[in-house]
Amino acid sequence: MTTWVALVVVVLMLASALAVLLLRSFVAAVAATAVVGLGLTVLFVLMRAPDVAMTEAAVGAGLSGVILALALRRLGLWRIEDNGRGDGDA
Amino acid sequence: MMSLTLEGVVLIGALGLIVIGALGMAISNHLFRMLLALVLAESGANLLIVLSGYRVGASAPILGFGDPTAPMVDPVPQVLVLTAIVIGVGVQALAVALLLKVYRVYGTLNVRELRDRMDADVATAAGVEADASQDAPAGERPLPPVPAHASVGSGGFGRRGPVPFPPQSDERRP
Amino acid sequence: MRNLASLLFAGGLAFLLLTLLSQLAFGTPPMRVGSEILAVAPGEVGAANLVTAILLGYRGFDTLGELAILFAAATAAGVVLGRRRDDARRDPPGGEVLRTGADLLFPLLVVVGFYVIAHGHLTPGGGFQGGVILAAAFFVALLAQPARHLSHGLILWIEGLAGAAFILIGIWALVASGDFLAPLLGPGRMGELLSAGTLPLLSLAIGLKVGAELAGIMAHIADAEAPDT
Repeated sequence: MTTWVALVVVVLMLASALAVLLLRSFVAAVAATAVVGLGLTVLFVLMRAPDVAMTEAAVGAGLSGVILALALRRLGLWRIEDNGRGDGDA
Repeated sequence: MMSLTLEGVVLIGALGLIVIGALGMAISNHLFRMLLALVLAESGANLLIVLSGYRVGASAPILGFGDPTAPMVDPVPQVLVLTAIVIGVGVQALAVALLLKVYRVYGTLNVRELRDRMDADVATAAGVEADASQDAPAGERPLPPVPAHASVGSGGFGRRGPVPFPPQSDERRP
Repeated sequence: MRNLASLLFAGGLAFLLLTLLSQLAFGTPPMRVGSEILAVAPGEVGAANLVTAILLGYRGFDTLGELAILFAAATAAGVVLGRRRDDARRDPPGGEVLRTGADLLFPLLVVVGFYVIAHGHLTPGGGFQGGVILAAAFFVALLAQPARHLSHGLILWIEGLAGAAFILIGIWALVASGDFLAPLLGPGRMGELLSAGTLPLLSLAIGLKVGAELAGIMAHIADAEAPDT
């Protein structure tokens, strides 16, 4: 049972990790990073590491996303999409 | 066919995160996406370290919950990862600060444009002509002969153009 | 072409790591240090949460090093970003709902943060987790009302005092028992709030230091000037 939960979470996590690289909008990519953090939290709980899970929940899904989103705001990439050539900041 | 175990599944997840992160850092053209890929790779490494302390059927390393005689998972990797996560967010914030500074100075985060502008800056600081192409051979190496249709006056150190040899532009060389 | 090479590289890396790591016996850790600590820690330290016992007791010096790294990162971020100009444009304040919600959330987050710090030796939690929650509490308030000023001087003082307290407790242990950062004051009765010797004090110092540092970094980033978009 636990194995199947882990399998679903791992698939979800790897899919959002790929989405981080493929999504054109930077805001969506940052949100996908936070999804990866949440998946990691579940996996840490399954690995019997509640302390690490707590840290990852506070940092990976919360603080890190906020820092990255704030950086987007300050870089002016908030609404602009990456057009695949990497010069979406013009 | 390998049987499906918890540690096998988590191992695949950790390796997948590391590989996706490394791939992202290699193929990204944008510094911010590189930072996101770095975060992914770091998460994968943390998961791998915690996995190395996992014991099948063991309980969490906290006394007072559940059966006191049951074995516990190895707590040392958990301690290492615990601090590594917090350090990671600090390093991430430092990277964001550097990105902000780069963006303020150069006005772009695209890796290729950044390289061009930095090259131009370095050339300006060194007092040399900046527009020499990276692809053009440097120094006194012999160059292929100019095709016949190239007009005589048009040679020179153009951005992509071939440099005529032997002739008429010798006096321009330093 | 470059992408193809990168894909090949990633495939090779995946194959290499999978081949190397599939040789290891995951699920039955061979490390002897962990089992030794699990055997002796409950009697020696008296903390129910063995992760905290290792973090602050057996590997306390290592934790001090990690705090130093975090301090270096925070200082470097501050140096890189520099001071904000007085005439720089600020973000507009959030709406009524956002501001009221942030004001309601602030005391709750602070209480949760200190609870997590204080019970670090009994339940999952401790200085690092609680510190992150504290930083989040201050940062939510700052995000809702960007014009509100977060005093950098006060943050520096909290950070410095907490770091000094951590080192002073370590030196006290060095004088009293001969080992730097060894737990003092006896293990006490396991499961009570005031047990495990000096571990709760160290936990509090770490929590304040981590919280102040992260809040300081984020206030610096929030203070950076936005481009004119």
